[in-house]
Amino acid sequence: MYTNIVELKGVSKCFGDYKALETIDLTIQNGEFITLLGPSGCGKTTILRLISGLEKPDTGHIFINGQDVTDWPPEHRHLNMVFQSYALFPHMTVFENIAFGLRCRKIAKNEIVERVEEILRIVKLTKLAQRKPDQLSGGQQQRVAIARAVVNRPLVLLLDEPLSALDYNLRKDMQVELKQLQRKLGVTFVFVTHDQEEALSMSDRVAVMNEGHIEQLGTPRDVYEEPANLYVAEFIGETNVFETKVIRSDKQTVEVKVEDKRFTFKNKRGLKTRQEVCVTVRPEDLAVWRQEEVGEVSDDMLPGKVEQVIYKGSIVELVVRLESNKRIYATEFFNEDDEKLDYQIGERVWVNWIPGWEVILPV
Amino acid sequence: MGELDSGVGGYFAGMKNNSSFKKICVTVVWSWLFIFAMVPVLLTLITSFLTADSSSLVVFKPTLQNYTQLFNSAYLKILLQSLYLATSCTLLCLIIGYPFAFTIARSKSRHRALLLLLVMIPFWTSSLIRTYAIMALIKAKGILNTVLLAIGLIHHPLSILYSYSAVLLGCVYDLLPFMILPLYGNIEKLNPDLLEAAQDLGAGKIRTMVKVVFPLTMPGIIAGTLLVFLPAMTMFYIPVLLGGAKNLLLGNLIENQFLSANNWPMGAAISMLITVFMGAMILLYWRNAQSKDKQNLQELV
Amino acid sequence: MKKFTKQIYPSFVYLFLYLPILIVIIFSFNDASRSLIWKGFTLKWYFELFHDSGMLTVAAHSIIIGILAASLASSIGTITAVSLFRYRFFGKNLLHGLLFVMIVTPEIVIGISLLLLYSATNVPLGFWSLLLAHTTLCIPFAAITVYSRITSLDKSIFEAARDLGASDFVIFSKIIVPLLLPAIVAAWLLSFTLSLDDVITSYFVSGPGFAILPLKVYAMVRLGIKPEINALCTLLLIGTLLLVVAAQVALKKNEKVGE
Repeated sequence: MYTNIVELKGVSKCFGDYKALETIDLTIQNGEFITLLGPSGCGKTTILRLISGLEKPDTGHIFINGQDVTDWPPEHRHLNMVFQSYALFPHMTVFENIAFGLRCRKIAKNEIVERVEEILRIVKLTKLAQRKPDQLSGGQQQRVAIARAVVNRPLVLLLDEPLSALDYNLRKDMQVELKQLQRKLGVTFVFVTHDQEEALSMSDRVAVMNEGHIEQLGTPRDVYEEPANLYVAEFIGETNVFETKVIRSDKQTVEVKVEDKRFTFKNKRGLKTRQEVCVTVRPEDLAVWRQEEVGEVSDDMLPGKVEQVIYKGSIVELVVRLESNKRIYATEFFNEDDEKLDYQIGERVWVNWIPGWEVILPV
Repeated sequence: MGELDSGVGGYFAGMKNNSSFKKICVTVVWSWLFIFAMVPVLLTLITSFLTADSSSLVVFKPTLQNYTQLFNSAYLKILLQSLYLATSCTLLCLIIGYPFAFTIARSKSRHRALLLLLVMIPFWTSSLIRTYAIMALIKAKGILNTVLLAIGLIHHPLSILYSYSAVLLGCVYDLLPFMILPLYGNIEKLNPDLLEAAQDLGAGKIRTMVKVVFPLTMPGIIAGTLLVFLPAMTMFYIPVLLGGAKNLLLGNLIENQFLSANNWPMGAAISMLITVFMGAMILLYWRNAQSKDKQNLQELV
Repeated sequence: MKKFTKQIYPSFVYLFLYLPILIVIIFSFNDASRSLIWKGFTLKWYFELFHDSGMLTVAAHSIIIGILAASLASSIGTITAVSLFRYRFFGKNLLHGLLFVMIVTPEIVIGISLLLLYSATNVPLGFWSLLLAHTTLCIPFAAITVYSRITSLDKSIFEAARDLGASDFVIFSKIIVPLLLPAIVAAWLLSFTLSLDDVITSYFVSGPGFAILPLKVYAMVRLGIKPEINALCTLLLIGTLLLVVAAQVALKKNEKVGE
């Protein structure tokens, strides 16, 4: 078994005039849970279909387990796919659905029964084996679809937005279940979704995609805390963006002006003087201070007025209008013995953050 | 995706898939339709340019005579007569069928399936038997006369049978479902909001009909016309049963040339004439129908 | 006015469509040999039909041709629909167009063109000429019936089957045919109806050795109105009615599978 279970080298794909996928390279490691994340039309499903063999790339090569499979039909690739609509065969029982792939590969009858029963146990559907798909709930259908794929012991399981048809609570449960299943089976999962929360909570690595190319590939923590560019920063989670210019820079530090105040930050990305940049700060990284809490206004504090207070149970979201008329978002966490979250609309506040928590990105 | 959307995308349509199963399917379908649909029409075309012969039916002597003869006064009269009958029949079917199709397409959806089925049954029923039913209805000692005499509305039996009116009545009766079904398919798809929008914008009922409804249902009107006009000229047993021998139409002419006069090339030429009519109407239909409606006739079943 | 357009007008049209048929049915039970005056209920015309051995032979011919033509046409129609839906091949658009054209072509044109084919290839007029003609006549209807349902299926089902390693033939026999069975049955029933009722095409391609029902009806009708014809027509009408209703029920059933 190769560590790089799937490799895409210089792969691109057009549909007519529409360029679905720019030339991309992607390496997927054996046993990992990798998510392709992006808005619809970003090419994530195209990558999945290219790996599965349901589409053929215009250029480049695809390797699975070290072999060039670019011209192989889907049935020879040892991969299986879970479809967004589940695509269960409506005229077959749960058992027959799951056994279908094994029967196609002419596996001995008693082995088929054994393997199907084993997988039914794993996905907890043993009792429903003789039901037809339309007699199952959405979550159960989903588990049949996954069982039908993994019973074939694929090298890689491809999942095309498998949770999007489920309602919110069920989706949460299935996320946990899916992650557990992946650990138990040790199979590589390639998961496609447009839901960033889903991507962050389940994956070992996330590939953030936009308009046919990969913007960033990294761990959920990397893409959230160290976004490679503004697109990633804005797509994953919410963030406040201050557009500005570098006033002065050296190897260690950069000096920028944010809201008419000079700041000196660490220069992590080799930014140059007069380069246009964006200073981005996550709402939860912002601290909001009330008039009475601020003894002496320090240099790094941005003055503003509370415009809106959105109560969300464990947190409070504040919309603050800065003096430059710019609107920013700040998230404050409730603290049991802290009553300071009782903000009034129109109240004057100061906003700052711990230096180093900002991310400065070139435009 | 554009093009790919017409079938299954990707592996199934976009990529080369030359499985032997596909080859067998395509070969069987194409061979059958080539041998039994395309070659016969080609043979008709060829025959229409050959010369009739009393001993061997057809001799290979190319001629245009069969077509020039169509403009002889006798043939021309039948041609015009057929066109006249087919036009009247189509118009009548349209006048009767359009409001009818409109009403059932706008009826409550739980009744609609049954109402539609009641049109579909005559659509699939033998038109010969239905012609016979009309014949039983209007003959001298038929029900119509019996009833009318009995209630004293008339004193002598009407002689409708064996008249032009009887043939027209038979055609309308036989072909009305063929007009209603495509119209229904088209009207049902019409968004009712459009009608309200038009009226909301101040268009009267008649104006809404003429400016909005008719243009939008034009593919249905043309499809219905296609299914009524040509059979009206060619259903040879309607004139035979309802018109006696008097009302000769193109259908009877073809039948005659093939089965009694033994002039096959002439019959083939008349058949080609009908085919040309059909071609023109299909072109008209295809130009009017939006591309996705082209297989609109599948709504018939 | 509203009531007129909504209820009375459609009722008149239905009356127009069904009254003549109903009269034929009613008078098939009339105990009078010539007149159309009601003389009491009888089944004797049906008994006469069933004791006419010639009639029974002709009916058997029609049923055999119908069954064979319907089976051939629904098989070929199904693979036509599947090919049009799943594959790209040479002349695909032409095939689409050809099926459309075949449906709107007047039967007389089909009839004489097949007659020309048979005489050019020396196929004798009889069983085979009728079977081939009826099959050809039914194929476009069968194909469109199946095609209209295959398009309502979830396309990813076929991709899933392929992904699980199914060959084209397995996808056809294990997925498509079972899923579309109601539509294929409907196509069969409608083809059988068409074959049983076809007069015009049969008129040109049948021979004296192999008589079929619709032509027998035509011959009888030409001679005049007789009570036996009423009985025969009634049986054919009821047959058509049952077949069409069964086909519609089957299609409705398939609609649900597609959802």
